[in-house]
Amino acid sequence: MAASKKSTSKLKNLPPALMIQIHELMVKSRVLEERLIKIYRAGESYFWIGGPGEEAWGVPLGLLVQKGQGLKYDYLHLHYRCTPTLTAMGMEMKEAIRLMMNRATDPSTGGRNFSGHYCFPKWNVAPVTSPIEVQYSISLGTAHAQKKAGTKRISIVSGGDAGTAEGDFASCLIWASRKNQELPLLITVQNNRWGISTNFEGQHGESQIADRAKAFNIRSRVVNGNDPIESYLALKEEMDYIRSTGKPSFIEAQVSRLYGHSSASGANFIANEIDCIKEFEKKLLDAGMISKKEISHIWKKYEEEGVAMAEEARSEAAPRAESIWDHVYANNENSDWRKF
Amino acid sequence: MANMAQAIRMALHYAEKNLELKDVFGQDVGAPLGGVFTATQGLKTAWNAPLDERGIISMAMGIAMTGSRCVAEIQFCDYIFNTMDLLKIAGNTLWCTNGQYNLPMVVMTPVGAGIRGSIYHSHSFDSWASRLQGWKVVMPSNPLDAYGLLLSAIKDPNPVLFLKPKALMRVRGEELIPGEPTSEKELKAMIDAPIGDRSKWKPQWPQVKDYEVPIGKGKITRSGERLTLVSYGRHLLLCNEIADELKQENISIEVIDLRSIYPYDWQMVKESVVKTGRVLFVNEDTEVTNFGEHLVYRVVQELFYHLLARPRVIAAKNVPGIGLHPNLEDATVPQKSEIKNTLLEIINEIP
Repeated sequence: MAASKKSTSKLKNLPPALMIQIHELMVKSRVLEERLIKIYRAGESYFWIGGPGEEAWGVPLGLLVQKGQGLKYDYLHLHYRCTPTLTAMGMEMKEAIRLMMNRATDPSTGGRNFSGHYCFPKWNVAPVTSPIEVQYSISLGTAHAQKKAGTKRISIVSGGDAGTAEGDFASCLIWASRKNQELPLLITVQNNRWGISTNFEGQHGESQIADRAKAFNIRSRVVNGNDPIESYLALKEEMDYIRSTGKPSFIEAQVSRLYGHSSASGANFIANEIDCIKEFEKKLLDAGMISKKEISHIWKKYEEEGVAMAEEARSEAAPRAESIWDHVYANNENSDWRKF
Repeated sequence: MANMAQAIRMALHYAEKNLELKDVFGQDVGAPLGGVFTATQGLKTAWNAPLDERGIISMAMGIAMTGSRCVAEIQFCDYIFNTMDLLKIAGNTLWCTNGQYNLPMVVMTPVGAGIRGSIYHSHSFDSWASRLQGWKVVMPSNPLDAYGLLLSAIKDPNPVLFLKPKALMRVRGEELIPGEPTSEKELKAMIDAPIGDRSKWKPQWPQVKDYEVPIGKGKITRSGERLTLVSYGRHLLLCNEIADELKQENISIEVIDLRSIYPYDWQMVKESVVKTGRVLFVNEDTEVTNFGEHLVYRVVQELFYHLLARPRVIAAKNVPGIGLHPNLEDATVPQKSEIKNTLLEIINEIP
């Protein structure tokens, strides 16, 4: 069932300060991703994958999260294109760069995993996994625990359109929507119309992925994920709905994929995709809310920060070889069978 | 004495009451059935999951991510294989996050043959499980160990696989669970659901107490001098029987119940093999790339000059399934005669 248009229309405009904040975070996230690609191309990393093109969706999501650790806060089950969301939540550039450069200081994985595979327990951000679907079913568990704890907090899960072909996506819809056992879960799909190199028509029969939620009586809607205002308003409305009812909601956000799938497909800018930042900047300029000079300053500021952070990360320690035995078990319990 | 199903039930009840266990779930785990082997009857927190193994494992992972304790069940281990990448992720989450997210979850699942379950209800999982890095894997051979291992598993901050030898679910133990009434009839009346309408039935739980079998610690069930026989689960009972029979013939066999498959009690195996110079490993998972082969490898690497005979493994035949007819099942999984004959061969081998 679609959310009412009436309630959306009441929130047609966002406060100017918020729009400026959203713009700046979108730029910061984009510059960061482009810096990560440059690090890859310079041979200082092995693989890049990320979310340039998803800023107009991801930044509003990050701003609306009730962030913190434990059941009194929202849980996030993200995928590897969610740099904009984490940037909006407060992730510093250096944290993504350390992950990209596999430093021991990488706060997410200690140099153990790919770019975009973030993990921030301090904000209930579950570890991003390379399998593109398991977050959908794992999110059921945190939502279940939240419901049981009686909080008004929610779990949020995001993934791409291609991952909806996996059974875990169906699991998510089934378990979240059982009668009288509904879970407080925001299910999102960022539809960039590509599964690596297979286009949307090559793997989908449905017109809109959001329609699949309807079969489970999950409230659902489609948003233009290239418009940060529409994204923000839709997210806020659906998150408020989940918090007040304890029931799931589903948003399909239609977004761009500006640099292809990953470094595996070249990570080159795709000119015929909509660039959400350029579009938003036009709107802000037309509305007289920002000047070209101010825009230029924001881009330059983060370019300089990215360069400085890469230099800093380059000088930091690499993980030690002997650390492979660390954290196999909790409390670093001995895991090497040779030592049993 | 309790049987293994009752022991598991009592352990879960103890954990609900004392260890903050908040969710016990899986297919048919909740009322009215309480599990296909009745191991979850009458539990306060037991609930029925959709028929979705991947959903069950990932639900457990999410619950564990919040720090809450849960025990999830896969109804038969034959159906756990479509969750393999989730098990892999559960095992690597702590490592991948550099120690930031541990998953304190227990997954229990019935394993092995012995109930004429044919192709999809007779599989073993111990050798597969031994390759799931980051997991601990245990398999009891008697009700008291089932009770103690399950409580240890629930307390453990890591993911733990609790493998239930399904053929032993109705076998009674020789030792009382702490707090268990001495009368079997009394226990049955207290905690076994009646046949028929159970809507008004509630269990009367005995005052069971804390009891741990530490994960990673084996047990010598028969002391002996001539050969070390290492097993776990259902086949441990066969090994004990063989040792008792041979004792009548003045052949002294040492039997070790490994109890934990990973981490395993190498020091116990090592000391025994050094003493006897001969060793046989027995389990019912398939023979090619068997966990017993790893143990033989280690024996050869570390104890070669203590050996008086070739170490050996008896396991199930490397065929795709276990056929329903007894002739087929018996020809596939290790039988007592095969174990005994091999054991005598090893003893009679002259270095």
